[in-house]
Amino acid sequence: MRILETDALTRRFGEHTAVDSVSVSIDAGEAFGLLGPNGAGKTTMIKMLTTLLPPTSGSARVAGFEIVRRAREVRRVIGYVPQLVSADGSLSGYENLLIFAKLYDIPRSERRMRISEALSFVGLADAATRLVREYSGGMIRRLEIAQSVLHRPRVLFLDEPTVGLDPVARRAVWDYIERLREDYGTTIFLTTHLMEEADSLCNRIAIMHRGRVAAIGEPAELKASIGDDGTTLDDVFVHYAGDRLDSGGGYRETSRTRRTAQRLG
Amino acid sequence: MKHRGPDEQHSGSVSRFEPFVTIPLKSVVGFLKTTLVIAELEVRKLRHDPSELLTRAIQPALWLLIFGQVFARIRAIPTGGIPYIDFMAPGILAQSVLFIAIFHGIAIIWERDLGLVHKLLASPSPRAALVLGKGVSAGARALSQVAIVYVLSLILGVKINWNPAALAGVICAALLAAACFSMLSLIIACVVKTRERFMGIGQVLTMPLFFASNAIYPISIMPGWLQVISKINPLTYEVDALRSLMLVGGRSVFGIGVDMGVLSLTLALLVIVAGRIYPGIVV
Repeated sequence: MRILETDALTRRFGEHTAVDSVSVSIDAGEAFGLLGPNGAGKTTMIKMLTTLLPPTSGSARVAGFEIVRRAREVRRVIGYVPQLVSADGSLSGYENLLIFAKLYDIPRSERRMRISEALSFVGLADAATRLVREYSGGMIRRLEIAQSVLHRPRVLFLDEPTVGLDPVARRAVWDYIERLREDYGTTIFLTTHLMEEADSLCNRIAIMHRGRVAAIGEPAELKASIGDDGTTLDDVFVHYAGDRLDSGGGYRETSRTRRTAQRLG
Repeated sequence: MKHRGPDEQHSGSVSRFEPFVTIPLKSVVGFLKTTLVIAELEVRKLRHDPSELLTRAIQPALWLLIFGQVFARIRAIPTGGIPYIDFMAPGILAQSVLFIAIFHGIAIIWERDLGLVHKLLASPSPRAALVLGKGVSAGARALSQVAIVYVLSLILGVKINWNPAALAGVICAALLAAACFSMLSLIIACVVKTRERFMGIGQVLTMPLFFASNAIYPISIMPGWLQVISKINPLTYEVDALRSLMLVGGRSVFGIGVDMGVLSLTLALLVIVAGRIYPGIVV
């Protein structure tokens, strides 16, 4: 079953076309990775699909709902973990979840159970009453994942979920994402520029370059498409997106990414 | 039968599953619930770190104790037969509510630099409820100012009207005004988007709002052009309501109904505008 499809989805900022006529479709239960250098349009893509940013042209449907006309319905069935730190540091982990349980209209009778279930799912049951300010970067990310799946979304969007995390914390986050897919059948849509992440988590990836999809397919297919044995996704990435040395986004994006990395690290 | 997607199901004038009349009621309740959840979020933060409320007590204290004491000796301001310090106390309450609310919007910029706004906007909450919730939480902060100014007034011998209905009226006016000015602040924050610009505009805005009002002198002694400005300044109506409700024998110039009406209408208007431009902050 198609759970997400975009049709010539485009977003311009003035002269600059951040996302240029992208058409992809994703089946329910897939883990789809959007790869590309900074500034390739990954975050813009996610912002449109999560209804934060209206497209300039083209359309997209999530779980059958058109993202502009049926934005409210889309919001009900998606979960979103932004690239930036989105948990509130001055509240406890439990309170962070409680507020979102209420915002998503989870009935009072189920709230406690769902929250403790979500907290133990990401291994934070013992830290529930501590202020998030005192959490480590990995714990914050795990809390954010718990927060975004409280309402059991059908599609979970993660924007560079492991940016700024050390390898151990990164593995833990990967584990939880994988289990979400196995246990709840949640469709995963994530962006990353870590090839290892895409390779181990995603059954299908698209490489974005200058707002367009340069290549799409299963990791193995993509590797096979450019060479013989021993080709890594890194090679695929360089092949499709590595033609410019100026990749790496602008000042604002860089400072944001570094700040996020600093907050989580 | 052909499978029908959700879009097609909706293409009829009204969804098949809900009778028409329940929809508005449900969305009103949902709106109010979201508003309160956002306010709860802010109040919980305050509960973890209430120190801000204490530092907020300093400014009204300075105004009442220094400015107020000196001006009370001049006896040049027509107060309608009450001591100047009594006349001034509601004005200073209005001022501290204004100061708390007008910088409230800067939190939005912090939250934007974090990802909290993104996550709120990706939730099904109505936008206007998200911003009104901020307004209500500014109101919660304003309540602490009511308490502080009442304590100071008590110490200074202001003749306070302790009638519970009058007290409720004071709280109501303070809440409305706090929500109004925090909406204004939020709109500015959404437009300018950076802390530096926001602080600049906030500073520039506070003084005219305060001095072009009846907070520390009556409108009747102002030059004509300033009187006009004062009468479109919501702070004037807040002060007018507070003065008549807080003091023994306090009188309203415009009438409490007009005061509350102007504040409510201003708030409604600002919530609509803020709700519309708030989503733009993540672009």
